[in-house]
Amino acid sequence: MIRVVLPPHLRALAHVDGEVQVEVAGPATQRSILDAIEVRYPMLRGTIRDHVTQERRAFLRFFVCQEDWSLEPPDAPLPDAVSSGAEPFLVIGAIAGG
Amino acid sequence: MSKVRVSVGTRKGAFFLTSDGTRKNWNVSGPHFAGWEIYHVKGSPVDPNRLYASQTSGWFGQIIQRSDDGGKTWMQPGTPPGETTTPEGMPKAESNKFVYDVSPETGKPLTTHQFYDGTQHPWEFKRVWHLEPSLTDPDTVYAGVEDAALFRTTDGGKSWHELSGLRGHGTGPRWQPGAGGMCLHTIVLDPKDPGRIYIAISAAGAFRTDDGGKTWQPINQGLKSQYIPDPNAEVGHCVHRIAKHPSSRNVLFMQKHWDVMRSNNGGDSWQEVSGNLPTDFGFVIDVHAHEPETIFVVPIKSDYEHFPPDGKLRVYRSRTGGNEWEALTKGLPQSDCYVNVLRDAMAVDSLDSCGVYFGTTGGQVYASADAGDSWAPIVRDLPAVLSVEVQTLP
Repeated sequence: MIRVVLPPHLRALAHVDGEVQVEVAGPATQRSILDAIEVRYPMLRGTIRDHVTQERRAFLRFFVCQEDWSLEPPDAPLPDAVSSGAEPFLVIGAIAGG
Repeated sequence: MSKVRVSVGTRKGAFFLTSDGTRKNWNVSGPHFAGWEIYHVKGSPVDPNRLYASQTSGWFGQIIQRSDDGGKTWMQPGTPPGETTTPEGMPKAESNKFVYDVSPETGKPLTTHQFYDGTQHPWEFKRVWHLEPSLTDPDTVYAGVEDAALFRTTDGGKSWHELSGLRGHGTGPRWQPGAGGMCLHTIVLDPKDPGRIYIAISAAGAFRTDDGGKTWQPINQGLKSQYIPDPNAEVGHCVHRIAKHPSSRNVLFMQKHWDVMRSNNGGDSWQEVSGNLPTDFGFVIDVHAHEPETIFVVPIKSDYEHFPPDGKLRVYRSRTGGNEWEALTKGLPQSDCYVNVLRDAMAVDSLDSCGVYFGTTGGQVYASADAGDSWAPIVRDLPAVLSVEVQTLP
């Protein structure tokens, strides 16, 4: 089971509190995790990745094991700690304000 | 006794203000969608409990929300809570998917538009500015979006499809964004002619269809805009708002970037009716519910000083369809007021004594239960108000 931490606004849209968990067939990658999130929470389609291009929205980044994976290929395998559930996949929004 | 429901979109959520027909005591509900920009909330004229909201964010993009119970509960169409996938396990939600049509011949983008630097630029969807529910079907809604285009849903907001005859009619490469973006912000449906729709775009101008959205023509003859290279150009004008009385067949009123305008022929030509206004810059314009020649504007000092002249918040009313204007000040701040009133932030109710409402960037929503003679704030401290709509309920 893969753990995913969503920003508060997306948790509200998905009607969930705290972390969410999804199953992924095959290796855990950014794409496979986000595909699974969107199947389970279809109201999040288009909010993390563009509906058409599937590119990450500009003000969001993806972190794993305290490392920024945002610019890595979406099909690159993530660390085993994500697949095992030891570490979550973090979707983090740019800090608001100035 | 009749009731009124005022739907307010703000920079940080939606609010609903309700009162009985006296419009003296108000209940405030909200914030709904706290923290999100709510560009517009509007109810169906056919089913007053059916509301649609445009919820947007620089982080997460566009969301369309729908309520079937007058704003008590909300859902993204196509994804009711507890029913998130099809029986096959496939995702359902496409309520926030706004995809521009491409050329059927080439599969390439339909057209490009002029960017700030004068180069041609592809259309890129940003957000929904305005939602206009059909006058006859609660499941049909028109959406005006940035970059400027018109979309329509016929399934209650589950899916949206472009009426691409507007972008494709030929003038698209000459449209350009204003500083606030290239937005389609005004949609006026004609109750007397289901095929006729008026729209307005900043900064392209006004357009009309007479066949339900298949074909479009610019209707900007008579507009003069000194801030563009050809002041009389066919397109390129920064129209801020168009208003029309439901009973009028062909009379339209317009608040342009500068100038208040009137058309007596469905937009085929326009005449200036700014008359004795202290400044003819502004954003909102609306028509009295029962008097088709009574109109309201809120003059704003200039295009770079977006606040009322002299720090006095004044609604101006014309009972002659323009040219002759009177200042309405009772109950409005007449000193040190430097708020703006944005283009979608004025509405009228249809009670016997017409109510007029407007919201400010300072978070006040003012109401008049006597067609503007006197005003009082319903609320004073909301986030900046982007839109105000009102429903008269049985």
